[in-house]
Amino acid sequence: MGVLGDIGRRARGAAALFTQPLLPDDLLGTLNPLWSASEPHARVVGLRRETADTTTLLLHTPRARTPHRAGQFVGIGTRLDGVWQWRTYSVSSRPRDPRRLAVTVTAVPGGTVSGALAHRTPVGALVRIGPPAGEFVLPDPVPEKLLFVTAGSGITPVMGILRDLVDTRPHALDGAVLVHCDRTPDELVFGSELRRLAATTGLRLVERHTAAEGRLTPDALADAVPDWAARETWACGPAGLLDALAGHWDRFGDPDALHVERFVAPAPVADPGTGGRVTFTTSGITADAGPGVALMAAGESAGALLPNGCRMGICHTCVGKLRSGGVRDLRNGDVHDTPGQSVRTCVSGAAGDVEIEL
Amino acid sequence: MPETPSAAAHLTDEQVEAIGAELDAIRAEVVDSLGEADARYIHRVIAAQRALEVGGRAALLFSKFPPAWIAGTAALSVAKILDNMEIGHNVLHGQWDWMRDPKIHSTTWEWDHATPAEAWKKTHNYEHHTFTNIRGKDRDLGYTIMRITPEQEWKPSNLVQPLTNFGLSLIFEWGIALYDLEFDKVKDGTKTREEAMADLKTFWRKSRKQFAKDFVLFPLLSGPGFLQTAAANLTANVVRNVWSHAVIFCGHFPDGTETFEEDRLDGETKGQWYIRQMLGSANLSGGKLFHLMTGNLSHQIEHHLFPDIPSNRYAEIAPKVREICKRYGLPYTTGSLPRQYGKVLRKITRLAFPGGGPKADVTPLPARPKPVGTPVRLAG
Repeated sequence: MGVLGDIGRRARGAAALFTQPLLPDDLLGTLNPLWSASEPHARVVGLRRETADTTTLLLHTPRARTPHRAGQFVGIGTRLDGVWQWRTYSVSSRPRDPRRLAVTVTAVPGGTVSGALAHRTPVGALVRIGPPAGEFVLPDPVPEKLLFVTAGSGITPVMGILRDLVDTRPHALDGAVLVHCDRTPDELVFGSELRRLAATTGLRLVERHTAAEGRLTPDALADAVPDWAARETWACGPAGLLDALAGHWDRFGDPDALHVERFVAPAPVADPGTGGRVTFTTSGITADAGPGVALMAAGESAGALLPNGCRMGICHTCVGKLRSGGVRDLRNGDVHDTPGQSVRTCVSGAAGDVEIEL
Repeated sequence: MPETPSAAAHLTDEQVEAIGAELDAIRAEVVDSLGEADARYIHRVIAAQRALEVGGRAALLFSKFPPAWIAGTAALSVAKILDNMEIGHNVLHGQWDWMRDPKIHSTTWEWDHATPAEAWKKTHNYEHHTFTNIRGKDRDLGYTIMRITPEQEWKPSNLVQPLTNFGLSLIFEWGIALYDLEFDKVKDGTKTREEAMADLKTFWRKSRKQFAKDFVLFPLLSGPGFLQTAAANLTANVVRNVWSHAVIFCGHFPDGTETFEEDRLDGETKGQWYIRQMLGSANLSGGKLFHLMTGNLSHQIEHHLFPDIPSNRYAEIAPKVREICKRYGLPYTTGSLPRQYGKVLRKITRLAFPGGGPKADVTPLPARPKPVGTPVRLAG
């Protein structure tokens, strides 16, 4: 592959001499967006209505994509009223067929992007697709005793994990427990498939219908799964549930045995650093980025029109090159100060004065 | 005190700010209504440009065959004009940044032009659009090699400027690129030698590739048609240069446009800024295809009022701007390309000789109170 890769690089470099100032990728992408490697697109080839407000989009993705791992998410970009909007969705399909990706979208009340994706996306539509990311994955080897706790659309990444286990390691499902909450039995996304899984594998499915039984509490969970503390747990759902679980595991269990997936911007680290002055060298705009303030937010409030996407560090739309100074990754506090490094402005703050090429 | 521009001298301060508010409202209306149709427009223009370029270059592989030469040269000329005018110039103004498309964004775009996009954004977007028609500040106006306002001091070398202008139109892209290197600023000490060398390096990196593509690589691909392809590429470049030179010179130099003293910038309000942009610019009249091929710089007045509004919208706001000008008794300079370019050439020729100060044949002004300060007008 090394030699082939080298030849490929040289061929692209040579082709770029003929297409410059464009890149060959720009021309390929104009011809067919699916051929663009720098802005990968996927085509919607199928739609499955899961419930009244939830739709699974089946996506035909480019060949060169990095395959995802079960439980990971991808950024999905869609053009609404001419503007590219990015959101992240968990992959619900199995990794073994990376060119057929399924993402399951629940229309959030008042959410323009989720509503458009869930209800108004025709078969044949093109979306942009980001690289797979996320740590909500099973380790290898798979822990012996598994517990999944999900609520609402939080089932999506777990569905991906379950489908992958059926496919590759069905024995891991034997004795595993899934506690899933949704308002009513009818609203349960993937309901029939989950019940079938429970009937045909050793998976124990605990359905909780919150309209009748109320929200899941850590105590109710402990009642339903008495050996919860002995299990390695993956949980995904609304922030309230995840916070309650995290508190419970902190006090009564092993916090390291709980893995959660949140779909909101991560809270900034405890020490947000000092902040500083950020200069966007291309647009010539300078802004004060206080401690814990993302460079993008600082720039936007100073009137800069910056490229942006998911705004949580996933889609890589907002990347600019670091020219001078240092930035702090607001999610983990790491400081990066290598000139030329790519900086995601949506999750980076200023560590002193900083210049970004944007 | 900022100098009041002559053709706007009859306006009260309140009227100036009212004009500003009306223009702000036009801007807000357009920005709010940007949507899918606009996005489709720029995607279609880009796709058409790329198809013309690829098609033209493919035809020129057979450039020894005269019909292929003609078709290929024509397609490539149009492709280069579209690239520079309707796409490159406008994308680099950030007109399409609202789409949040990293592929069509002022920070990522590069164009088929000897001036690197970065340098262009500084000299054009910033210097020219901020200091429009301020003598001594607007470098587009202060073409050091020509005398284009009577206020510039006459030098014997100006005698040849009709020829200089013709020569410049042939190599316009290179003229702009060299001009944008701002060697004159090094001479007067406002730019360091190091900065100039860094700019020169960027220019050299970009332009040698541009040059190699048109005059070495594609001609080589044509094999026995090497010379014919090189000639075709040269022709397309010259066509693009002559066309963009004509369009651009008609933007600020025809009769009826004003230039301003530097002290006008002191305390200039938004309303005054708008009025300076309107009085310093001139439009070209024509059909849809003409507007497309000029990159909508035929709507130079609207472009200068709203440089970051997508160009496809200028045509719809032009009548509103014109109506405002009429209502407030301001000139709205426009005319056909041959007419306006004729006036530009006449002015360049006149100013090759000493004098050429204010003449009687400037646009008649609406009746108004005596202007404050010295009116500064370009003569015919």
